[in-house]
Amino acid sequence: MKSLGSFRRKFAPWNDPEAKPYISIENVTKKFGNFTAVDDLSLTIYNREFFALLGASGCGKSTLLRMLAGFEEPTSGRILLDGQDMRGIPPYKRPVNMMFQSYALFPHMTVEGNIAFGLKQDGMPANEIAARVAEMLKLVKLEQFAKRKPHQLSGGQRQRVALARCVAKRPKVLLLDEPLGALDKKLREETQFELMDLQMKLGLTFVVVTHDQEEAMTMADRIAVMDKGKVMQVATPAEVYEAPNSKFVADFIGNVNMFEGPVSTVVDGKVDIDIAADKITIRTDATRDCSSGQEVGFAIRPEKIRVSRKEPANSAINSAHGELYDIAYFGDMTVFHVRLESGRIIKAASLNAVRTVEDPLGYDDMVWVNFDTDAGILLTA
Amino acid sequence: MQKLIASITSRLVISVPYLWMLIFFFIPFIIVFKISLSQVTMAIPPYTPTIDIAAGWQGLINSVSQFNWDNYTFLASDPLYYKAYLSSVIIAGISTFLTLLVGYPIAYGMARAPATVRSTLLMLVILPFWTSFLIRVYAWIGILKPEGLLNQFLIWANVIHTPLNILNTNTAVLIGIVYSYLPFLVLPIYSTLEKMDYSLVEAAEDLGCPPITAFWKITFPLSLPGVVAGCFLVFIPAVGEFVIPDLLGGSETLMIGKTLWNEFSANRDWPLSSAVAVVLLALLVVPIVLFQRSEAKAQESEK
Repeated sequence: MKSLGSFRRKFAPWNDPEAKPYISIENVTKKFGNFTAVDDLSLTIYNREFFALLGASGCGKSTLLRMLAGFEEPTSGRILLDGQDMRGIPPYKRPVNMMFQSYALFPHMTVEGNIAFGLKQDGMPANEIAARVAEMLKLVKLEQFAKRKPHQLSGGQRQRVALARCVAKRPKVLLLDEPLGALDKKLREETQFELMDLQMKLGLTFVVVTHDQEEAMTMADRIAVMDKGKVMQVATPAEVYEAPNSKFVADFIGNVNMFEGPVSTVVDGKVDIDIAADKITIRTDATRDCSSGQEVGFAIRPEKIRVSRKEPANSAINSAHGELYDIAYFGDMTVFHVRLESGRIIKAASLNAVRTVEDPLGYDDMVWVNFDTDAGILLTA
Repeated sequence: MQKLIASITSRLVISVPYLWMLIFFFIPFIIVFKISLSQVTMAIPPYTPTIDIAAGWQGLINSVSQFNWDNYTFLASDPLYYKAYLSSVIIAGISTFLTLLVGYPIAYGMARAPATVRSTLLMLVILPFWTSFLIRVYAWIGILKPEGLLNQFLIWANVIHTPLNILNTNTAVLIGIVYSYLPFLVLPIYSTLEKMDYSLVEAAEDLGCPPITAFWKITFPLSLPGVVAGCFLVFIPAVGEFVIPDLLGGSETLMIGKTLWNEFSANRDWPLSSAVAVVLLALLVVPIVLFQRSEAKAQESEK
C-alpha cells in the first residue's frame, strides 16, 4: 500500500472519530463594514496540535487568530475552546496567549519584567513568579539577559522574549502571528526547529499564522490553506503538497505545472486528458470521479518530471518534446524550463545527487520531458 | 583643505543658534543683571550708576564699585516677594495639574481617533492660536463676570439662583491658565501616544490586564515623556504669567509676574524689578534643567 510521504511522529487525532476537538470554530463569519474578512469558516483543532493558518495577506488568517485571542468578536458563528463558548469573553479572561508579529514587548520593562507581567497579573506569589521567570529564561536561553531592556536585544532575542512571555502563563493555546516574519532566513530556519521543540516539550496547542508555506510545512501537524476568508483545504503538509484538493491549493503550495483540458477516456482506473493546445495526452490515476468530456485540471510538481535527450519508451502519453530554454541551478537541485512548440514552459527539477555528470544538459538542447501515471494530481475543482 | 572648509562651514552652521542665544538672551540677561545691582534714581534711565564708556577704564571701575546686592537683600526681607513667588509656584502647579487632567483625555482621544479625523482634531487644538491671546483672555471676562454667560446659563438651567463670583478670584486665574496653555500640554502627549504601538496594550490585555489596568501599566508609563514635556511647557510660563492674573485675578491674586509689572511701571523701580526677574529666572532654571534632562533621557531611550 503506497502512502503519501509523511515523516511525522504518530500524532493524528483528526483521523480518530473518538477524539474530542480542542478548538471548534463553527461557521464563523467576521465582517468589517462591507468587507467579509472571514466567511462562514469551520475548523477543528486538537489538543497538542501544531496548527498553521496559511494564506496570502488579506485572506483572513490574522482576523481568525484575533478572534481566537478575543480582540475581535465573530459577526456570526461561534468558537468553542475546550468545550466552552468564547463569545463575550474578553482577551484578559481567555486561557490563550498570543505572540504578536511585532512581539509587542513592553519597552519600559526589562526582559524579566516582560516575562513576569502576565504572572503578576494573575496574582501569583512573588517566589513562584521568580521561579517561573527563571525557568522561562532558561527555556529560551536568555538567562544572562534578564536585566536588559528590549531595545538592547537583537531581533532573535526579542522574539525569544516574546515567546517566553506568552508561554510563561501556561496557556491552553498559544497563538502565534507570523512568529518568524521579522527574522532573517538563517535564524528563521533555526527558530522553526526551536519552536517545534518547545511545543513538544510544553505539550501546548499552537496555532500559527503565516504566509510562508515552507514555515508552515516544516512546523505544522496540519495546515489550513485559506483564501478570501474561506478554508480551501485542511490537511497534513504532505497531503497539502501531494494531494491538493483544488487548483488553488495546488498552485498556492510549492511549484506546479498546471494543465487543463477535457477528459477523453476513463478506462481501468486511468483517466486520459487531452491537452490539445500542447499536443499532449496525459494519462493519470483516476483518483477522483470524472466522466468523459468533463473539463478537468492536472497538476504535476517539477521534481516528478524527468528530463532527458532520449525519447521515452511510450512517448504518446505523458511526454513532450521541447527546447531547454532556461536552467536555474540551486546547488542541491536544478530546475529546467523546457519550452514546447506551443510556447508553453514546463518546469522540471532534478536533484544533483552526483557531483559530476558526463555531457550535462545545456541551453537550447532539444529534450524530452515525461512522467509516470501516478506522478500528478487529477483536479476536478 | 576640503576637510578644513567642511569643518569651518559646519562650525559656522552650529554657531548660528549660539550667536542668537548670545545676542537675544545672554546679553539682555547681563544688562538686566547689571540693572538689578544698581540703585533707583529720578533720572533717565531711572537707575544709577550707568556705565559711561567715554570715561574709559577708570569710569567702568568707578561704576562697578558702586554695584551692590541691596535689591536682593530687600527682596529677602520683604515677605511680599517671597509670598508672591510661592503663590506663583502654587498657582502654576495647581493649574498644570488641572491642565493635565483636562488635556490627557483629549490627547488620548485624539491619538485613538481614526487616522482620517486626527488631522482635523489636531487643527481644532491649534485653532485658538489664530486669535490674539489677549483677546481670548478678555473673552473669559465676558464669560465669568457675575452677569456673564456662565452665570446666565447656570441660572437658566436652575443650577444656581444667585450668580457665582468667579471673576477676579484665583479660580478665574486657574481657568484662564488651563484654557490658555492646554494646547502646549495636549500636543506633546498626543505625539507620544500616537507613536505608541497599540499592540502593546493588546499584549497587556492578552496577558490578563483589564483595559484600565493596561492603561496604567502600559499606556501611561509610555506616555510619560510627553506628560513631563507638556507639564513643563505649562508650568514654566505659568509661573511668570502676568496677563492672566492681571485680567482675571483679583486683589487676593498674588503672582510674581504681576508684582514685577507693578514694580517696573507703577513704582518705576527698575533695579528692584530686575532683581525680581533675576530671582524668577534662577527659580525657573531648576525645572528647566529637569525638563532638559527628561528630554535627553527620552531621546536616549528612543535610540
